[in-house]
Amino acid sequence: MSIGSVPIKFRVSIDPNRCMLCERCIENCPYGTYRREDEKIIVDSRSCVACHRCVAMCPRDAISIEEKPIDYRSHPLWTREAREAIYNQARTGRIVLAGMGNATDLPSIFDRLLLDACQVTNPSIDPLREPMELRTYLGKKPRKLEIKKGRDGDIELKTTLSPNLKLNIPIMIGHMSYGAISLNAQLSMARAVSHLGTFMGTGEGGLHPSLREYQNNMIVQVASGRFGVDIDYLERGAAIEIKIGQGAKPGIGGHLPGEKVGPEVSQTRMIPEKSDAISPAPHHDIYSIEDLKQLVHSLKEATEWKKPVFVKIAAVHNVAAIASGIARSSADAVVIDGFRGGTGAAPRVFRDHVGIPIEAAIAAVDQKLRSQGIRNEISIIASGGIRDSADVTKAIALGADAIYIGTAALIAMGCRVCGTCYRGLCPWGIATQDTKLTRRLDPDVEWQHVANLMHGWTLEISELMGAAGINSIESLRGNRDRLRGYMLDEAMMNVLDVKPVGA
Amino acid sequence: MCGIISVIDRSKAGMDGSRIKHALSLMDERGSGEGAGYAAYGIYPDYAEYYALHLFFNNLVEPKDKVDEILRSWGEIECEEEIPTIEQPDLRRTHIPWRYFFKPDRTLMPGSTTPEEDIITMLVMKINTTIQGALVFSSGKNIGVFKASGWPEAVADFYQIDQYEGYIWLAHNRYPTNTSGWWGGAHPFNLLDWSVIHNGEITSYGTNRRYIESYGYKCTMFTDTEVVAYLCDLLGRKHGLPEELMVRAFAPPFWDEIDRMKEADYTLNSAIRLTYGSALMNGPFAIVVATTDGIVGFTDRIKLRPLIAAEAGDRLYISSEEAAIRRMEPNLDRVWMPKAGEPVIGRVRP
Repeated sequence: MSIGSVPIKFRVSIDPNRCMLCERCIENCPYGTYRREDEKIIVDSRSCVACHRCVAMCPRDAISIEEKPIDYRSHPLWTREAREAIYNQARTGRIVLAGMGNATDLPSIFDRLLLDACQVTNPSIDPLREPMELRTYLGKKPRKLEIKKGRDGDIELKTTLSPNLKLNIPIMIGHMSYGAISLNAQLSMARAVSHLGTFMGTGEGGLHPSLREYQNNMIVQVASGRFGVDIDYLERGAAIEIKIGQGAKPGIGGHLPGEKVGPEVSQTRMIPEKSDAISPAPHHDIYSIEDLKQLVHSLKEATEWKKPVFVKIAAVHNVAAIASGIARSSADAVVIDGFRGGTGAAPRVFRDHVGIPIEAAIAAVDQKLRSQGIRNEISIIASGGIRDSADVTKAIALGADAIYIGTAALIAMGCRVCGTCYRGLCPWGIATQDTKLTRRLDPDVEWQHVANLMHGWTLEISELMGAAGINSIESLRGNRDRLRGYMLDEAMMNVLDVKPVGA
Repeated sequence: MCGIISVIDRSKAGMDGSRIKHALSLMDERGSGEGAGYAAYGIYPDYAEYYALHLFFNNLVEPKDKVDEILRSWGEIECEEEIPTIEQPDLRRTHIPWRYFFKPDRTLMPGSTTPEEDIITMLVMKINTTIQGALVFSSGKNIGVFKASGWPEAVADFYQIDQYEGYIWLAHNRYPTNTSGWWGGAHPFNLLDWSVIHNGEITSYGTNRRYIESYGYKCTMFTDTEVVAYLCDLLGRKHGLPEELMVRAFAPPFWDEIDRMKEADYTLNSAIRLTYGSALMNGPFAIVVATTDGIVGFTDRIKLRPLIAAEAGDRLYISSEEAAIRRMEPNLDRVWMPKAGEPVIGRVRP
């Protein structure tokens, strides 16, 4: 069986009438798609991943890329993807790796939820003329306030609130580590979140010294490899997040190949240069919920109970019960990462088949916490495939306090979702440590793009809230009455606790 | 639309219902003739120790037997009767209004610090959700709600509200949108001592409902107003917040304003917003809430519905329209427009 040459994924062609032989395509493509022979650019289409770097850099718009130029005999079951995965696996005998989020053709629940607006009986609120409050506090809140009324009518508050994280907007950037992505990418995002008064995660990669100026807007992560964790790191973060699992690959650990561990990454992660950084599937000091409780407690003690501690889990079938267990620890927020969450590299079978949609997970967790009367004990942060302001608004209406974006922030910096992050050659300077590539990403330029995106979403969320007659985010949170399901089945609508359109 | 008016006499002197009927009728432009109602405090002095349960029965056969049975198993019915009514030409009688004077057996709710109230709350929720054809719409001590589908005059005359004397009156003229003009949907809404009248729409209803239901309350009347009564019960009675702080939770100051406050106020107001964010009410509304101790009126945070207050001697009036207040009392000492979110509080003198 000769399985060396499956059909090409992309066909690259150059219009010779437009090409001026500037060779920018050759310079820019780290995958070796282009070379020059005499007065002609020669293309090796098989190397192309459709990252569009050449397209973006070509001054003459001479390059076009066509996806799947060669048809297989069509078959509804034995799709192109199914066949190619077999060729690939038959050749290598290994687990197939894939990048970015779930690539199966499952319908998005967000797309089948529609938002409400006011007409006649209640006026819409114009955010340009009226206050619109998106400020969000993440952390434990008391179930009730104890008030003491003095003899002279003075009111004294007896309850002390635990420290909460104050977000100007309910949008944060999730954890993508230095190592998985470049320092320039982290710097851009850090500057954006500190400009907007929100937060980003460090990922399990430590905190590089050049990020310290943004540390008040950074959430440090403690994951199963404990890379980069020491007391200095914990104290620098605005909050601490324990990562149990990740939506793109629930139930398994992580692996940063040694090639990416250069001197800087090595120092930040506190591991030897060129060594693989392997995060085990479980935390080996957490084999049960009470062990998690102890780790939360230890981190709180280490930081003198001054910092909120979050726990991130992948959205799996039993997510609601797990979250209610987490709520009973000292943890301040549970991060739920849905099955569309992105990653640099995950086994394809996990990425595409394990976990549940974030929409259902938010609904189930919020409902479980409320039915047990412990919703105030913990904030809900939702992540995994949030694409736009409508997704954010719907996630909050389902019950989330705030959301994390990941891929969307990378796209703002140029990422074309080519899904080839795991090769470490990201032509946009994002998912790579190669200085020739990382210097393509200028933090002085890209921070503004990330900030623009989040600011634009904020404006849109304000408009959506105003149209729904709501002027504070608290009144959107869990307000499922303002959602309707369109072409969702009844069982799904029961889980989401939303009515169908027209009802 | 909807029109509301309320009055309290701080010396607890009784007022019969004739004047408030005229005041409410003046605001007929705000209603549609599909719902009106009155609540009065202090009207059952002879039964002041008993919970006055007002119910609508669809018939007096199955639903009433079931209600009798459940009440007898949880306490003692001192007295019961059909609420006296007089047929009105423009009011179609679709339910039979009934009242029980009931004393719950405290020993049946061990472990509760407020066993009587908890039993009554539980019974109201249970009857309203499980007994078809029966609806408890009033459940306080020495308090009664009288409501039906019809114009304010017709409803008042149907129940002969001029025969009752109360020191607090609430009245509501309804223009229904959320639910058709069924009797249960008319205001005031009541639970225990709490009665609520409301003009507007609560756009945060979904959030408020999810919040209140997680404390065991059940919304049964298909309208946003009932959550206000339950929220008052939770924050005011169970959590013990003073009225002004309860209203602060419902219609809190904006963060910009809180940020400018001195430290103690900043801490208190932030704590209220963080703790009671789900109780924040959004959307256009003007609301008057009453308890046995007084009334409090407030609007949403940007005052999208009218609310005006006035005083004359011991009496404090809160209404949608000044004209309605003047219909009750032409000689007012003071008339003012409360600011958005700012409560107007009238307490009985101790």
